[in-house]
Formats: sequence, structure tokens, C-alpha cells
Amino acid sequence: MTRVSLNGISKQYPGAKPSVSNLTVTIEDGELFTLLGPSGCGKSTTLRMVAGFIQPSSGSIHFGDKDVTNTAPNKRDTGMVFQNYALFPHLSVKGNVAYGLNVRSVGKSEKRKRIDEALAQVGLEEFADRRIDMLSGGQQQRVALARALVIRPSALLLDEPLSNLDAKLREETRAEIRSTQKEAGITCLYVTHDQAEAMAMSDRVAVLNAGVLHQVASPREVYHRPATSFVAKFIGRSNVLACTVLGVDGQSISIKLADGTVLKAPRAEGTFSSTVASGDHAAVSIRPESIALGVVTDAAHTAGQLHGRVVSVEFTGAVNVYEVTWQGQLIVVSAPDSFHRAAPGDLVSLTPDQGRVWMVQP
Amino acid sequence: MSAAFPKTRKRSSLTSSDRFVYLIAAPLILVLLVFIVVPMLATAITSAQGGGSAYSGFINGSSGKALGLSVAISLGSVLTTGILGTSLAVLLSRFDFPGRKFLRLFALLPMALPPLIGAISFYFLYAESGIVPRFLARYFGADAATVSVNGVWGVLLVHTMTMYPYFYLAVTSALAGSDASMEEAALNLGASRFRMWRTVLLPMLTPALVSGALLTFMVSMASFTAPQFYNVQTLTMQIVASRTSGAYDVAAAQAVALSVVSIFFLLAMRWYENRRLHRGSSKGTPQSLKVLHGAFPRAAAGIGSLLLVLFLMAPAATIVLLSFTVDGSWTTQILPPDYTLDNFTRIFTDPATLRPIMVSAQMAFVAMIGCVLFGVLASWVVTRWKGPGKALLDVMVMLPWALPGTVIGVNIVTAFASPTPFNLGVVLVGSLWILPVAYFVRFLPLVFRSANASLAQIDPSVEEAARSLGAGPWRALLTVTVPLMSRGIMAGALMAFIQGFGEYVASVVVYPARYAPLSVEIYNRIYSNEFGTAAAYGTLQMLLILIVLIISQWLESPRHGRKPHGKSAAPSAASMTPALTPALDLSHETGDTHEHIPEPANAAP
Repeated sequence: MTRVSLNGISKQYPGAKPSVSNLTVTIEDGELFTLLGPSGCGKSTTLRMVAGFIQPSSGSIHFGDKDVTNTAPNKRDTGMVFQNYALFPHLSVKGNVAYGLNVRSVGKSEKRKRIDEALAQVGLEEFADRRIDMLSGGQQQRVALARALVIRPSALLLDEPLSNLDAKLREETRAEIRSTQKEAGITCLYVTHDQAEAMAMSDRVAVLNAGVLHQVASPREVYHRPATSFVAKFIGRSNVLACTVLGVDGQSISIKLADGTVLKAPRAEGTFSSTVASGDHAAVSIRPESIALGVVTDAAHTAGQLHGRVVSVEFTGAVNVYEVTWQGQLIVVSAPDSFHRAAPGDLVSLTPDQGRVWMVQP
Repeated sequence: MSAAFPKTRKRSSLTSSDRFVYLIAAPLILVLLVFIVVPMLATAITSAQGGGSAYSGFINGSSGKALGLSVAISLGSVLTTGILGTSLAVLLSRFDFPGRKFLRLFALLPMALPPLIGAISFYFLYAESGIVPRFLARYFGADAATVSVNGVWGVLLVHTMTMYPYFYLAVTSALAGSDASMEEAALNLGASRFRMWRTVLLPMLTPALVSGALLTFMVSMASFTAPQFYNVQTLTMQIVASRTSGAYDVAAAQAVALSVVSIFFLLAMRWYENRRLHRGSSKGTPQSLKVLHGAFPRAAAGIGSLLLVLFLMAPAATIVLLSFTVDGSWTTQILPPDYTLDNFTRIFTDPATLRPIMVSAQMAFVAMIGCVLFGVLASWVVTRWKGPGKALLDVMVMLPWALPGTVIGVNIVTAFASPTPFNLGVVLVGSLWILPVAYFVRFLPLVFRSANASLAQIDPSVEEAARSLGAGPWRALLTVTVPLMSRGIMAGALMAFIQGFGEYVASVVVYPARYAPLSVEIYNRIYSNEFGTAAAYGTLQMLLILIVLIISQWLESPRHGRKPHGKSAAPSAASMTPALTPALDLSHETGDTHEHIPEPANAAP
């Protein structure tokens, strides 16, 4: 149970763009910390640097107060769950779980106890003597988890552990991993490209794109107060609109959109919104569910309202998802289904919820 | 600790795994340098000692003529094996007729025939004093001299009958990999059957035909036993003759010339294999077999198959028959007149007769240990090493694959004749140890390739899992990687052993006078008219090969394996290929042919 800190680590292969540039994050003791980003964003590279399979080009990695940057993977005391599980096919379930204990020369009775415990933890007591290829994908995944947990590692590293499972099993398993991790109180670094998974499981999320860290925050914060337009668009759906800052006034900022509409956005210390000054070009993110839609007959403007034309309507059950053209850009709005719904071609007014217009770094 | 070294993080990006690779690569490279590279250079230096005069024979002398003859025979062999192998493959993969199953089984029989035994059997069957010409002379009044196969034609016959499997296997697997629906698509688009063959199937077979041709050419250039029996002065024969007569520089020059040709063909083959598109061979839908209809065609096909099977079985049968004959009793009769079990009992009761078997078995065993140790490490290093040294190491290990056995023999006797700093002061000429060294060099590529194939099946993250669980690099290698490779290693080891046990071509050049290995002893016995004893040795050797083939088949059978990927194609021609793939190595004189055959595990049903 250790704090893991990455201090300005970078990885650059000769003749390529850096896979990870100058990444600094600290994973607190007992926290489930997720690296989230599209494929190729450097999240797996980062995880493998923490595991010791890749040497950073610069920067250092600390487990607690210990610098492990130059430590061999087998001396780092991490438990890793691989994307394809990487179970040893020539060993039984029990043999797989025992591997790390054998390496550590754990005594016989202690070893048996811990194997039984670990298998019970993941509900595989019955399968101890099974061969690996006799297990289902979900069971294999749990063996991999048990194998990593049984050595009581200082940090648990999970590299897209759920990506090979089907949708339903994925949801069950993520809850299991989360509760197992909480129970064990273990520091956990989790890598995924699936934002729903990251939202559901994590204490904190780090969003990466092209090797650059965009935001580190709780899932809620990342969703409601994205730091950059990339984060806004990558996490859920969002409308990112370019704007000009008109003025900053204590707790709020007034901005002007391309069509001249003036909106207000909250200003919060420690976020991008606190760094803008009047005259700056920036952007705002507005979630589809934070926009009210109404059918209008004439183009008469009300303050704080955008006017556009409906392009498509998609019925998804709970809500209708509208695509509206506005200033040559599509704005997505989700609104509860009703009889008075707009149809393609209708002129509509869009009214953003002013408390939920959020300034983002373009 | 971190405070002590602030910002000194500009280190080389070596992980501990990289260091471990270097640690293993260093001794490996030393061994390869001493036993493979330095002997090659030694031969090159020897060849240049007379200021290049040794090469003059290539301009207007026997060397040039021999080279021309070798090339001509090789081209001829490519043509004849190509025709036989390809038509057999098309026939057996695309047509259903009585006797097809038998024929498919026996089509691969020539691969179980060791080269020396093959040459002997063809000689006793079809040469002037052979069984068939005498039979034709007695009952049909033919002139035995005109119906017999001699000289260059004899060499071509042996080459055709022992090397057609290269084409057969390559074309069979290409046909098996082709998607039947593609042919149907062509027919559906209005192409005639002939047009479909010309425009769809033939282009698909081109890669198989090209690699089959390159391989056959290489193996023919390296061929030594068949020319020896038919006394045809190819370049390999000339090398041995030059050495025997003491013209070491000429032998070396000839060896260099042959090496250059062989390496050129190896490179051509590599280039071609890398250039061509990789087609998934297991995606093919089940092949449509054309069933032959009508009583007459079916009967003709049945009789044809039967004759072909008899023809294919004849060499092995001849050796077995000869093994029961009384030495010296067979003179002018069609078949040997007197039979006895003595040849076998003598091998197991008379220590002097048993000795060649013991020599070969022990030397092959020693070589096998070396091959496994270094072959497995080399394959691991080549797979895991990310640096540029990887390609160099790969080439160093695979070099002996390209070199004819004769050349390897010459290289080794040249390099280890007297103590020099380059051979670490070791003299091997005249010592028994020269045999395992020669076998080690010749068959290292075999184990290397076999280990490579099984290593390719292992996900590297399994090793990483072991590392992250606390295992050091050695422990991860020995407790995870090696156990997972064990089948491939065992198959490779068996092949290396069986090849070393019957090795003839290099042995002839290097063997110490007092310890003739088995194959040399067989040749000597034939030479002194002790056919029975020679054939008894040969029969035992074939028996051993059979056992090894059965074990290899068992090793590769998916039922005993735990490879989870193997559930692909329907049973097809490919299903008989994998198990017999290693068997290819038995029949020729250069080694491994995994080049153009689908890797066993990919094709296994």
C-alpha cells in the first residue's frame, strides 16, 4: 500500500513523436487511479513504465519514498493484470496463483492459505485444479486478478483488463474489481479507453491525449468541468463552441458566441476559467442535456438563445437526440420525448442552462 | 536517493530485460563466431593462398566444368521435381479417385528416406546391375545397359524422386489455403474452368512454385551422395576429390564458389518470402473435390495410383530386402538368392559391427545437446532483441542452412587443423570431437527454426507477467518460456539427433580414420560388396526415422497440445503437412525447410 508518483516522465522512441511527454501525477495510497484516453495516447506506455517493462527517457518514478526508476520489473513488487491476462498455459489455476508466492519462497502452509484466500476472493475455489484453457474468459480474467493480488503487491496495475469480455460481463466484473480493490485497500493504476468504465470505477481519472496530460480529477469533475475541449468531447458528448471573453466579473464570465449571443459561464479557482481575461478567444462546452429546445415560428431572438434548424432526430427511448445546425456547426441536444417534438427542417431555439456553460481550453 | 541524483536522468534507455538479452547474446555470438563464421573465413583465406591461382580452374578447368554441371543438374532437377510435385499436388488436392488416400499417405514417403540410403536404393533398383534393368533384360529381352539409368540421368532420377516433396508440399498447402469460393466467384463471373485456373489459381500458386524451385535448386547444388554413386563430377564431388588429392587451396576455392552460389540463393529465397503477401492459410473454405466418374477412368486411376505407390515404396522395400541377403551372394541374379538374419544379429553381437552405430549415436547426441542449448537461446535472443544485432545473429545462425554439407566439412577441417587464436587454439582434425562439431553446425538452424516457431506462439506478455510477479529474467525464462516451448524444442532435438545419426556429406570430409560414423561405414560396406550389412544398417536407420516421425506427430498433435488457437480449418491437405514438416529435413542435405511450409501450429486443425 504505497503512494506512486510519476515525476515528469517522458518516453520518446528515436525518430518518433513522444509517446508520453513530461507526465507528472501522484496516485495516492489506496486510490483507484485511471489513465483514460483514446488508443495511442500513451496510457499503456505509462503503465508499462510503472511496471518496469519500459524505461522512461526522462523523469523518475517513486513508490513511496523509493526511487524505482532503475529497478527491474521483478524487484518492483507490483501486481499486473494484462489485457490478454497472460496466464501461464502450462500451469493450473492454482499453479498460476502460486507462481508469485513460489518466487517469494513463501512457506508451504502460508502459501496454501493465501492461495485459498485469493481464489475465494474471486470466487474460483472450485476451479483450483482446472487447466487455464478450460476456463471462460471471465474466469481467466479473475485468475489473473487473483494471481496479481495474492502477492499483496505495493501497487496493482491493470491494463485494459475488461476489454476482452462481453458487455454484460464487463459491467459485473468492473464492480467486482472495484470492491476487491477497496477491500484490499490497494493502490491501483487502471488503464482503459472506455470512459464509462473509468467513470464508474475510479477515484480519480487522468485524461491523456497524444502523450499529453489534459486533466486529473474525480470522474464527476472531469464530466462537469472538463479542462480542455478534448476532455469535453472525449468524456460523453459535448458541444464545444468557440467564443470571445467579454468580461470577467467575480464568480462569472460573460462570453460572446459566433452569432453574437451572450452567455454567462461560472468562474472557478484552479480551473481554466480563472485564467481568462476579457478579449481572450476561448471555448465553452455545453452538454446536450443542458440545452432546452423549443420550436419557434419566427427568427426573433431572445437573449441567451441560439436559433438553428433541426437536421435529424433520433429516438433512443428515454430521450430524443436532435442534431441542429447553427453557424455551420452541428449542435447536439438531448431532450425528453414528448408530443411536441421538433421534426427535421423545423426552426428551433436552443437555450443553454447558464450554470452549466463551462469554459474550456480550446 | 532521488535527491542525490537530481536530473541525471539522461541514461540510456536500457531496461534490465535488455541487459539480460545482451548477457545471453554475448556467449552465443562467441560460439557462432568460432564455429560458423571463422571456419568460413578460414576457407576463404586458404583459397586465396596461392594468390588466386586456385580459382584459375574456374576459367578453363575442371572446377568451371563441375560448376556448370552442378548448375545444369540443378536446373534439370527443378524442372523434373516441379512437374512431378505440382501435378501430384493438384491431383491429390483437387480430384477424388480410387486410391487417393493411399497415394496421399505414400506421397511423402521419400522424405523418410535418408539421402545416402535413397541413393543406394535407386542405384540397386535402376542402375545397370540393378533389379529393374535385369528383370527387363531377362523377361523382355531388353538390353540392360540401355534401359538402365546411369550417370547424370541417375542423379536426376534420385533428385526427382527425393526432392519432389518440396513442390508437392508447397503447392498442396497453397491449394489448401486458397479459398474455394474465390474459384466459384471466377466461374460465376463467367470464366471457363481453364481460364479460372490460368487467371486465379496459377497466380496464387506462384509463390509456392518459386520457393519450391529455389529450395530444390539449393538442395541440388549441395547434393553429394547421388553424384558419388553415379560418379558424376559435380562441384561437391570435385571439392572432396581436391581435398583427397591434397589440393587444399583448390578445394577451398571450390567451396567458396559453392558457398557464394548457395548464399545467393538463400538470400533470394528470403527476399522472395518477405516480399510476397502473407495470406491467411486457414481461412479457406473446404475445398471442392472433383470426383472422377465412369468405370474406365476410375479403374485407370486406381491402377495408376497403385503403380505409383509401388514405385514410391520400392526404394525402402529394396533396402529392407537387401538387409536380409547374405553378403557377397548377389551377383547376376534379378533378386538376391540367399537370405539370412545374420546381418542384424551380427550388428548386435559383434562389437566392431556395432561400433559405427555407437559412434554415430553418441556424436549425434552430443551435437543435439549443443544444438538445443544454443538453438533455443538464439531463438529467444533473436525474438526478444530489439536492436540491430538481431538481424546479424539471425544470419549467423542460419548461414549453415545455406551451406552444403561438403562445404561445412571443408570449413571445419580448414579452421581446426592447427591451433590459431581464432579457433581458440583448439585442433579438432583427427579427433572424434570434430564429428559433433560438424553436426552441431549443420543442424543448429534446424533447432533454431523449430524453437522459433514455438516461441512465436507464446505471447511475450506471459514472460512479463512472470517478471511482474517477481521472477528474475532467468527464472522467467526457465519456468515459463522454456516449458511452453518444450514441444518445439523436443521436436527440434529429435530432428537434430536423427539427422546427425545419419549424416554423411560432412562426415565424409571430417571423420577421423579410426571412428567411421554409421553413414561412412554404410558406404564402405557397399564399396566392399557387403550389401547385406550395409542394408541392415540402413534398415535400422529407417526404423529409427519412423519412430521419430511418430513421436513428432504425437508431439504436434493438437490433442496433446494446449494451444488454444488451433481450432481453425476443416481437415484439408494441410492436416497431413504439419506433422510431416520436420520430416522434410530428413531427405535432403541442407537442412530445414520451414521457409515455405505453413508453420505447423497455424495450419493444424
